[in-house]
Amino acid sequence: MMKWLSALFLLLLTPVFAQQDWIRTGTGLGVEKVRLAVPDFKPSNQDPRNADLLKVFNDTLWNDLDNAGIFDMVSKSFMPTDTPANPTDVRFDAWNTPPPNASMLAFGNLGVLGNTLTVQGWLYDVKNVTSPQVLGKQYQDAPTSDAARITAHKFADEIIFRLGGGIPGVAESSIYFVSSRSGHKEIWAMDYDGVNQHQLTHLDSISLSPRISPDGARLAFSSMTKNGWDILMYSLDLNRLVTFPRFGGTNLSPAWSPDGTKLAFSSSRSGDSEIYLSDSSGANLKRLTAFKGPDVSPVWNRKTGSQISWVSGRTGLPQIYTMEADGTNDQRLTDEGYAVSPAWSPNGQFLVFSWIRHYGPGAPGAQDIYIMDIASRQWVQLTHDGGRNDFPCWSPDGRHIIFQSSRSGGEQIWTMLADGSNQKQLTFVGSNTQPNWSWK
Amino acid sequence: MKQQRLKWITLIFALGAVMMLGACKKKVAPPPPPPPPPPAAPTASLSAYPDAIQKGQSTTLTWQTSNATDVSIDGIGAVQANGSQQVTPADSTTYHLTAKGPGGTQDATARVTVTAPPPPPPPAPSPTEEELFARNVHDIYFDYDKYDVRADQQSTLQGDIDFLRQHPNVQFTIEGHCDERGSTEYNLALGDNRANSVKSALVQGGVSAGNIKTISYGKEKPVCTESNEQCWQQNRRGHFVYGK
Repeated sequence: MMKWLSALFLLLLTPVFAQQDWIRTGTGLGVEKVRLAVPDFKPSNQDPRNADLLKVFNDTLWNDLDNAGIFDMVSKSFMPTDTPANPTDVRFDAWNTPPPNASMLAFGNLGVLGNTLTVQGWLYDVKNVTSPQVLGKQYQDAPTSDAARITAHKFADEIIFRLGGGIPGVAESSIYFVSSRSGHKEIWAMDYDGVNQHQLTHLDSISLSPRISPDGARLAFSSMTKNGWDILMYSLDLNRLVTFPRFGGTNLSPAWSPDGTKLAFSSSRSGDSEIYLSDSSGANLKRLTAFKGPDVSPVWNRKTGSQISWVSGRTGLPQIYTMEADGTNDQRLTDEGYAVSPAWSPNGQFLVFSWIRHYGPGAPGAQDIYIMDIASRQWVQLTHDGGRNDFPCWSPDGRHIIFQSSRSGGEQIWTMLADGSNQKQLTFVGSNTQPNWSWK
Repeated sequence: MKQQRLKWITLIFALGAVMMLGACKKKVAPPPPPPPPPPAAPTASLSAYPDAIQKGQSTTLTWQTSNATDVSIDGIGAVQANGSQQVTPADSTTYHLTAKGPGGTQDATARVTVTAPPPPPPPAPSPTEEELFARNVHDIYFDYDKYDVRADQQSTLQGDIDFLRQHPNVQFTIEGHCDERGSTEYNLALGDNRANSVKSALVQGGVSAGNIKTISYGKEKPVCTESNEQCWQQNRRGHFVYGK
């Protein structure tokens, strides 16, 4: 009864608290945002290649800082007309008073000389006129659009790291996902912002559930081979499959332990699907669960590596459970509906998962993303915009959640801040599902 | 041109001569009364429709006669004066009708062409084991989110078991399928449970486990793609495929 009451209480308060980050993610979401001004970088010389590269750089930098979720971005229409390209150009009173009223100013210049692109960037605390410089960086790379984009990501991550409580930004991180746009479900990769989408596997079969290793070197996934569903291992260093044992039965949904030494996955090698554990080489196979019914989609506690959450159909409709990584002490976390696809937050405190909370004839049956505080079992609904929302996954900084949604028609990959705000679609071509965010 | 005019002149001259001669002829006595008219000669017709058939088919002969007292067709014998009859000639035949009457005899013929039928299709081969499998082994359907074989599927299951026990060498695959609802990974595990559930029921019924391969397709390969219960039910199945 208490549980129901508290759930109801929570539901009633959700609209109010959604703005306030009731779940203290410890990631700076919901605290007062730093007011940041980011005028366009300026050309440092007359090279004709500067214009195109500046456009890429400026768009990327703005987008990264705007996406970060910790800044109150000063609208460009509030900025003074004479924006700085160098420290000597900065007029503090033009920035630290309204209308921009910025606390921080990021500015700089870009120029191509010969075969080198040089970017200089500064971050100034414009309220601190005597000692304003927080950051001063110079980057050199090839004069290509890709290099300009990557340089912008690097500078954005420096700013986010300095102003976001020392948590590294995610602008240089990657997303692995399943796309059917080649005609088969293959594993693809893209930058965190949806740019640079490219196909990794060419197996002409059905490949699902990509999971990147913590060091970013290997990608485990499940694929239908001539033997059935096997766990396959793709090396991002070698750009090809590397050997991994075949266990027999249906093998699904691999998950890396946070230290990268172990894999948990679902296997029906015994005739019933159960959660198994192996070394990252596939050796030392050990069964963790022993209940009749589907057991699938394990995920590790990313902070401790000592617990596993997964989905079990042992009582009928699938529910979210947790257990110790040795298979003991299983606990059921959800008590109704159809709950699948758990993902553990980097700080170990939360699970996000996909839930059709009221299931059955006559029920609305919306499938939405929910976040649950594991200790208190309190949860909050993060998506409210219709469609089937599934396969949430955390960003390495814990501030973002990526997921798949059918709200725009077909299945596409979306991103949002971990409090459910700023929902944005990242993929638009073909059907794109099961996003998995790199660990750094 | 000149010749034609000459012809006309000759003709007119000749006509004039004839008229003059006739006018001068003496009158003669009236002829004796004519003898009774001779009996009318019989008439006869005979036709066949169709006049071309394949061997083994029939055609209809139709005939009409008049003034005949004795009508017969060769090969058939005496017939009515008018009539029709089906015949099934083995080879091309010319039917010959003879109509006899006081006034004489009249013949009529009709030709029926018989062609050899096309060569009969080669005798149907006895069905292969794969065809028998497809005809006799039926899919098992499941309730939503369930993998136990429900009561109304038991007779189908028994039929499958009976066939598979009679054909103990058949190797086959059971595919576990789910409807489009729910999550990709969970549905693959559920489809695996469905395939294994059918497998263990077959094995309990006496089918050799070594002949059976199971695989789950989850919701990856629906047989029906509409979003309604009828379609979902078609997709929630253990599907049998010959070979493993």
